[in-house]
Amino acid sequence: MFKGSKKILAISALASLTIFTISCKCSRETDEMLQVSGEQGAADSALVSSLESVNQIFYSLPSPLETAMILKRSGATYNEELLNPIENASKYSTTKSMALNLGIYSTDLSYASLFDQTQATIKYMTASKKMAEGLGILNAIDNSVIEKLEENINNRDVILETISETFLNTNSILEEDDRVAVGSIILVGGWVEGLYIATSLVDDINKADNEMVDRIVDQKLSLQTVLKLLEQNIGNADVKELYIDMVELQNAYNKVKITVSDVEIVSDAKSKVATLKSKNTITISPETFKKLKTKVLELRNKYTA
Amino acid sequence: MRSSVYLLISAITLLLVLPSSANAQCKNFAKTICRLELSPYIHDGNYNAAILTEGEEAELFKTFYAGQEYRISVCGSEMLTKIEFLVMDVDRKVLYTNAKDNYATSWDFKVENTQQLIILVKVPVVSSKNEELKSGCVAIMFGLKTD
Repeated sequence: MFKGSKKILAISALASLTIFTISCKCSRETDEMLQVSGEQGAADSALVSSLESVNQIFYSLPSPLETAMILKRSGATYNEELLNPIENASKYSTTKSMALNLGIYSTDLSYASLFDQTQATIKYMTASKKMAEGLGILNAIDNSVIEKLEENINNRDVILETISETFLNTNSILEEDDRVAVGSIILVGGWVEGLYIATSLVDDINKADNEMVDRIVDQKLSLQTVLKLLEQNIGNADVKELYIDMVELQNAYNKVKITVSDVEIVSDAKSKVATLKSKNTITISPETFKKLKTKVLELRNKYTA
Repeated sequence: MRSSVYLLISAITLLLVLPSSANAQCKNFAKTICRLELSPYIHDGNYNAAILTEGEEAELFKTFYAGQEYRISVCGSEMLTKIEFLVMDVDRKVLYTNAKDNYATSWDFKVENTQQLIILVKVPVVSSKNEELKSGCVAIMFGLKTD
């Protein structure tokens, strides 16, 4: 009888905990769906109904490495004066400031590495390490990473692989530790830094290289992803503050117009690389660009202060 | 009575530890298996992975930039024999499905103009009615082509 009671107790405990766990997961997913539904409105009801069958939603921002590659492909030049000085690293003591500046330093080191500025890359990796340690992500960037960079000064492929691996370590450790809010702040910090570098390199959009201006305009699309990503963790006070900043940035982007035509796929049997063809038209006035640039500078100064 | 308490504590511990252990396995799987499939492209460093069960779906929203060549790699742990992925535009028009490509685990592409795309990942049910549905790690990773 006593043995039977123990079994019943154990089974009941397991059953209750299982039900509790499942309930928590479902309600969180419903919240995410409601956020999508609430923001896009009734017009997007078809999208919402299709999301209802989806068990997991990811909003993926360009990583610091991708941001730096986009900058370089757009004709950016290297200007170390634009980067956040590593001396500032000692100023950051809150979770929010360390997370933002881990993202900022990560973009800075990616930008430096793509322009073969190895010493700057090592310097910024060291600053990133300091931020990661402050955030308790101790294994993401260890001394072996710095040593690997030092040993491969002339091997850009190894340097890029090493940087990519440290980002993956940081992201996956935060995910594993259930600290996705911190992960989202890091990504947004890195994204803002890319936008800051890009806008700083353009003084006059009439004279500037069109490709760089195009990529700055394109960030209006990524900004939607930024907002969705932050909405997933809006219960976190730091994320909420950042979300308000991003809404202000969205206001600065409001007068930027992008229209996208239907997308067609063209396959290339030889290279096996498909091309997605479409026609985008963008509209941005010099005045709108100036306001956007000012807003980006204001946010970046706030995050690095 | 004391052994009941121990049993209860063990049950709670097990339930708390299991998801974290599954996440750790997922992280290792993404790092050691999926990441390699991106070569010679360089992994962008982002981590998008989750434990999915047969019949479940995941979606990823991302902007892809003009001029950059990408490799998308979707891989699932051994338990999941087949993973379907679709690439759609924002109107959910299907641009690519690996179901028509022998369930290839990766796809290389570039965009002429910057595009927001949706990656839909489905884990089809392959277990028979009498079998328990299988679960495993599914990772969606992006590779970037360098010059």
